[in-house]
Amino acid sequence: MIIKLNNLNYIYNSGNPFEKKALDNVNLEIKEGDFIGLIGHTGSGKSTMVQHLNGLMKPTTGQIIVDGIDITQKDANLKEVRQKVGLVFQYPEHQLFEETIYKDIAFGPKNLGLSDEEIHIRVKNSMELVGLDFEYLKDRSPFELSGGQKRRVAIAGVIAMKPKVLVLDEPTAGLDPRGRDEILGEIQKLYEKEGITIVLVSHSMEDVAKLVNRIVVMHRGRVAMDDETREVFKRAEELEKLGLGVPQITRFMKHFKEKGNDIRDDILTVEEAKEEILSYLRRRKNA
Amino acid sequence: MDNDIMIKIEDVTYEYNSIGEEGQLRAIRNLSIDVKRGEFLVILGHNGSGKSTLAKLMNGLLIPTKGDIYVMGMNTKDENKIWNIREKAGMVFQNPDNQIVATIVEEDVAFGPENQGIPPAEIRKRVDEALRIVEMTEYKRHAPHLLSGGQKQRVAIAGILAMNPDCIIFDEPTAMLDPTGRIEVMNTIKKLNKVEEKTIVLITHYMDEAVEADRILVMEQGEIVMAGTPREIFKQVKKVKELGLDVPQVTELVYELRKEGIDIQEDILTVEELVRLL
Repeated sequence: MIIKLNNLNYIYNSGNPFEKKALDNVNLEIKEGDFIGLIGHTGSGKSTMVQHLNGLMKPTTGQIIVDGIDITQKDANLKEVRQKVGLVFQYPEHQLFEETIYKDIAFGPKNLGLSDEEIHIRVKNSMELVGLDFEYLKDRSPFELSGGQKRRVAIAGVIAMKPKVLVLDEPTAGLDPRGRDEILGEIQKLYEKEGITIVLVSHSMEDVAKLVNRIVVMHRGRVAMDDETREVFKRAEELEKLGLGVPQITRFMKHFKEKGNDIRDDILTVEEAKEEILSYLRRRKNA
Repeated sequence: MDNDIMIKIEDVTYEYNSIGEEGQLRAIRNLSIDVKRGEFLVILGHNGSGKSTLAKLMNGLLIPTKGDIYVMGMNTKDENKIWNIREKAGMVFQNPDNQIVATIVEEDVAFGPENQGIPPAEIRKRVDEALRIVEMTEYKRHAPHLLSGGQKQRVAIAGILAMNPDCIIFDEPTAMLDPTGRIEVMNTIKKLNKVEEKTIVLITHYMDEAVEADRILVMEQGEIVMAGTPREIFKQVKKVKELGLDVPQVTELVYELRKEGIDIQEDILTVEELVRLL
């Protein structure tokens, strides 16, 4: 167990007329090797919860255990926790500030007190992991880059801390389809090659369906669903009631089945749908 | 000037100076388009293809380097007409937080017509009507910062509506919204077009929004590389993907099935159509 949330509550504006319970008795276990999709409409508590995972916010009540350390204790070493749990905010490119890409990515590792040699290795590796050419880009200003590339620099800065868990809050917001696919491809690579545990906050059911192996649905500050991706997307009606949905292809297969066709209705991608339809059409023809 | 044309773009080029770059960059190259009155036009293209520049040219926020743009017959280069042009062609941007100026919803909606010098009684009427259309009447006394993203964006739309435009240009209005907010804003846009008979120009990255259009233009490097109805555009799955864009998942499924030799109509856009056909 890498992260464990026990009976977490968070109340905003406590005691005044705008009091709001942002987290309502949240219990969650994140295992090493999980690739979690965190979904829920705006105001459901996703971002509040995510900011608790590395101690940026302190719960009103409840306990957070990160890699065996209770970070809600007064004497908890939050610096260590923030190195273990890397957080990539929405529009992270707004946080770039250094003169060169190298310096920007090196900022975190430098603060860890690492040797110049180790910093160099980490910057180089992180840039390669997110698909940025080290030699060509290291001495350039991050502000000369396109939106998608800037975002990669920001993600590389977090990866250079070598976190065990990487939390990304809507990493594809505002990107075009190609930029989106590129960033999601890099994230998948980080998961598969580096074995980093990933929590992906997203509004896109299509992206979540393609990538993650577990989904946590937040609603009104509570965990409304927590299951394997396929199981969660079987519950289309419930998801719609929560202001969410399922990928278009999943919806199609469900409707097609309801029309009396004997097919699987737990399809997540176009590729899966194609295989299932082809095999069904063959069966129908032979029958 | 032809009365059926809302915005006429005639052989327009737009160049700008980029900091640190030698010479000028061309965001728009020799472009000609007519936006028809009452039309629902969608513009697609990846980031940097020139879509947003084109949108800003359409209501005189930018002025062409070469060529002319007419909004209901008025040239955007004519400084005496610029305020009339922006009344006729309103614009809604991506981030609702950057478009809200007042601390009460109805005061925010009244901001535009107040600046137009409209009499107070008429402003009252327009604000009420605009809030009714975007279905935000019950929030008229609320503080905008406590609303959801979709609600804020609808308030921003009401602010434009209160100025009585004939055309509204939307630059990725749903990019920062969650699924519910996106549906709310898209329903509002469709209503503006179908019920209120406004001409709509919508720039978006979401293909499920683009399928609602009468006509789609696809931009690449400042030029229009594809034009047609949603069916005509999206059935060209390979070409659309090469341009860095998406097609709806069911359209892609049909494309894949056809490649496997399944005989099925190629221009499918919705779940319902495909369920009927298979």
